[in-house]
Amino acid sequence: MLARRIVPCLDVKDGRTVKGVHFVDLVDAGDPVELAAAYAASGADEVVFLDITATTDKRATVVDLAARVGRVLDVPFTIGGGIRTVDDARAVLQAGADKVAVNSAALARPAVLGEIADALGRQAVMLAVDAARRDPADPAAGWTVRSHGGRRETGRDAVEWVSEGAVLGAGEILLTSIDGDGTRAGYDLALLRAARAAVSVPLIASGGAGTAGHVADALEVADAALLASILHDGTLTVPDLKAAVAARGLPVRPC
Amino acid sequence: MTAIVDYGAGNARSVGWALDRLGAPHMLTADGDALRAADRVILPGVGAAGSAMAALRARGLADVLRALDAPLLGVCLGLQLLYERSEEDDTVGLGLFPGAVRHFPDAGVPVPHTGWNTLAPVGADAFSDPLLSGVAPGAYAYFVHSYAAPVGPETVATTTYAGRTFGAAVAAGRVRATQFHPEKSAAVGSAVLGAFLRL
Repeated sequence: MLARRIVPCLDVKDGRTVKGVHFVDLVDAGDPVELAAAYAASGADEVVFLDITATTDKRATVVDLAARVGRVLDVPFTIGGGIRTVDDARAVLQAGADKVAVNSAALARPAVLGEIADALGRQAVMLAVDAARRDPADPAAGWTVRSHGGRRETGRDAVEWVSEGAVLGAGEILLTSIDGDGTRAGYDLALLRAARAAVSVPLIASGGAGTAGHVADALEVADAALLASILHDGTLTVPDLKAAVAARGLPVRPC
Repeated sequence: MTAIVDYGAGNARSVGWALDRLGAPHMLTADGDALRAADRVILPGVGAAGSAMAALRARGLADVLRALDAPLLGVCLGLQLLYERSEEDDTVGLGLFPGAVRHFPDAGVPVPHTGWNTLAPVGADAFSDPLLSGVAPGAYAYFVHSYAAPVGPETVATTTYAGRTFGAAVAAGRVRATQFHPEKSAAVGSAVLGAFLRL
């Protein structure tokens, strides 16, 4: 049986992790490669890197990151940030990454999902969707998609976009609740259930984790949970999370 | 020296890095003489069976791989190419193992089979082949594939997905192969690669 996955996410800018990371025994807590290796050693099932470097040669930046990570990391990893074309995706995969995450570029030109899937396989295509509730108090009102790091409202229905993305070529959906992000109040489970009902491809829950129980709740619905600050600040560890998930009777890979 | 077959497989570089992490010298080569002279050979593989076999034949490597004296390890598509045929692109493989590699059934689950899944021994409580000597029954390994090998006398570990139990690791004589990616399977993968390097 496929294991539910715990996926740390690192924001990278100019080759360095952006947010403060508290992790024991790190020589350089700002080095994304060393940090990812530490997470892998602690039982992380894969790692996502989102590169937010502002540069004119984004492809070279993410290819360099992929190659540096690939030498060291012995679990799968995904690179996102500025991937707009098949050639961008191919370069990142050839450098050692397993998947690319595509967000705003797919909203601007949805066909890119199918183009990457045809050239490199749909398992390599992760569609990242940032979803915000139309009415924060009422999940029944649905969700819309935000682009550009959650700053720009597209007006597009989030669950419809998830569904369309899977049809177009996404092999996996990374679904972030903008409302939950950073609150530590728990995942938007209604959003996850709506997306789960819409697609059969793996679903990664993101945004809102505050406790190991929240993560276990999310993994009753989703295949994987993406985590950032709650791991980085040392509040929880990967083994804590896996123990909570296993206690629900869900399959996890032992740490 | 371990030779990694250079025929355009997408994971050749990752396999090389995994060998680096184990401190094992290796070379990426498409030269038949270099492959025949190597202590061990790894046939990586990510991509489609038809174009992969065409690439091996174009380099004159299909016959070289069939006739190697040194231990051979196929990885992922490199396992599937060892069989007589693959449904993918209706491909004739290297024929070191009998039978056909087939697509997963449409069982309402996503294909490719992607993620961490468990390895089970065949007909025993523990893995008997030296390749899996460091692997516990039920250990998780990382898979990405849409086609899978039949279970036969060569199968030493199985995995189940989409209602099908398939060959996750095979062994016969000097030939070994894994459907999972040891280069991406953390400690389990390191144990498998390390065992291959000791064969």
